[in-house]
Amino acid sequence: MGIEVRGVTKRFGGFTSLADVSFSVAAGELVALLGPSGSGKTTLLRIIAGLERPDAGTVMLEEEDATTRDARDRHVGFVFQHYALFRHMTVFENVAFGMRVRPRATRPSDDEIRRKVGDLLKLVQLDYLGDRYPRQLSGGQRQRVALARALAVEPRVLLLDEPFGALDAKVRQELRRWLRRLHEEIHLTSVFVTHDQEEALELADRVVVMNEGRIEQDGSPEEVFEHPKTSFVMNFLGNVNIFHGRVEGGKALLGPLALDYPEHTQATPQPAAGYARPHELDLTRSDDGGGLWARLDAINATAAAIKLELTDEDGKLIRVEMGRDSYAALAPQRGERLYVKPRRLRVFLKS
Amino acid sequence: MSAPLRPAGISPTASRRLLTEPAPLRWTLIGLVLAFLAVFLILPLVLVFSEALSKGWAAYRDAVSHPDALAALQLTLLAAAVAVPLNLIFGIAAGWTVAKFRFPGRSLLITLIDLPFAVSPVVSGLVFVLLFGRQGLLGPWMEAHNLHVIFAVPGIVLATLFVSFPFVAREIIPVMEAGGTEEEEAARVLGAGGLQTFFRVTLPNIKWGLLYGVILCSARAMGEFGAVSVVSGKIRGRTNTLPLHVEILYNEYNFQAAFAVASLLTLLALVTLAAKTIVERRLYITTTAVKPDTIAETD
Repeated sequence: MGIEVRGVTKRFGGFTSLADVSFSVAAGELVALLGPSGSGKTTLLRIIAGLERPDAGTVMLEEEDATTRDARDRHVGFVFQHYALFRHMTVFENVAFGMRVRPRATRPSDDEIRRKVGDLLKLVQLDYLGDRYPRQLSGGQRQRVALARALAVEPRVLLLDEPFGALDAKVRQELRRWLRRLHEEIHLTSVFVTHDQEEALELADRVVVMNEGRIEQDGSPEEVFEHPKTSFVMNFLGNVNIFHGRVEGGKALLGPLALDYPEHTQATPQPAAGYARPHELDLTRSDDGGGLWARLDAINATAAAIKLELTDEDGKLIRVEMGRDSYAALAPQRGERLYVKPRRLRVFLKS
Repeated sequence: MSAPLRPAGISPTASRRLLTEPAPLRWTLIGLVLAFLAVFLILPLVLVFSEALSKGWAAYRDAVSHPDALAALQLTLLAAAVAVPLNLIFGIAAGWTVAKFRFPGRSLLITLIDLPFAVSPVVSGLVFVLLFGRQGLLGPWMEAHNLHVIFAVPGIVLATLFVSFPFVAREIIPVMEAGGTEEEEAARVLGAGGLQTFFRVTLPNIKWGLLYGVILCSARAMGEFGAVSVVSGKIRGRTNTLPLHVEILYNEYNFQAAFAVASLLTLLALVTLAAKTIVERRLYITTTAVKPDTIAETD
């Protein structure tokens, strides 16, 4: 096991940032901590790194209890959100730093440091920039220097805090792909924090979805996307249409929609909501039951999936996505009344 | 980043005409400033040197190399030599505490650092007398142990220390705050110890701010009059600093000697000013390069 976090709790003043969080990362795995602002994901990452002390719980790194170890003795690589490169040092010196501060007995020789920094800069494709200063680099270059610097200490685990947060969309895409390839190459146990669900789903072997200091779900990208355990996960991972209503006597009654809900057979009604992703809604011109009528307001045909916006009879927005072929077959017109029918509806009880 | 604030399609000369005041007003303003500078800064400066040299070089040399003057110079430099390094250490410690940590009483600490600015130097001198003087709080005890602070060199050093202590802290707190704590955290994760982090990461980042603070601190330490005057006792050749010596000579109607010694202080000030200008330029360059173009994304 690369990293094991058990029952970690952290409070800042009266605010509980993490409440009894447990999860583990297998050796060589790339895991995403995904959640909105204030969900505690960065705090969790900092606790793993030793930059923050948990109020309760333990952190194991490679089967060794590291809870009380100082950050400097944990041998983790940490890439900060804004890179935190040493401003007054060249790129070369930034990467060499971790080796230079070692006690004399274990410090590599100058030649060795030079060779190793050279290798690392080659790995991040920046070997031609060794004598530049951080302020002379672009955001993407800084990011890669920060990564090389973190790898220079041969860390047991690599931790990245919003690694692509401060970059523009195109650079972000490229770096994402590049990081994925790099991970396949060096296979270092890695955890990265992100609030971008697309990033997490695309990059990670496993996604840990966090909310309000708790883990909502922990699973493969397919699992969390296709089988969200909670309404929060469903909501956070992509667009959803929500149909509010209740469940009673084995049925879910959600506005105009009704479906079987065997998990709740009691006669007492309980508030619930049905969730469907835009691509899980079908559009037809005839009422064949199990759906609702809505008016088509807007069509966006600029992507592979055509995006449609409809308004139901209560004035609620409904988002639908359909393939180009079925769009061409249906040929809907703006202003037209269409029948919306969910192919799939996930029902979550409201607490 | 710093695009000129000018609507598109207007040439630089045109925009200059748009943005500046009419010529007569401009010249009046510039003239006022120059006149003010001439009367209040240049003229006194010239007067100091011309009065100092009014009886020729020999008299000047005599006044400056008089044993009492030399003793005063020595004491002034000694007080500065003790006060500045101590304030440097204090300033870094205070700056570090205030800039890198959040704790209850933080703003009180910031206020307290400014206390010597707010209190009249004479009052701070009196406080030392009340503490260490013969009738003071610690006076009897100190007398019993044969320790002399008031009317002795330690008192002068203490008073100098007190009045000059905010300068270093004041200068580096903003520099440290702008730097944040991320670089220190990065160093820690990379395996650096506290001292390594300080000397390799923190200090290089604050060095120009620090130097600036040290210069201001030295200037104040050497020029201090009020507080030192209260605790000194003005024993010639023993507890007289340069500013006090100037006053004594002046009160004895020995104007030429007074101005000659004053010219020493003025020279010290001019050197400080030159150093300050050079450092200020470096400080500007380094602080503007702190956070170049990363867009802060909130988490």
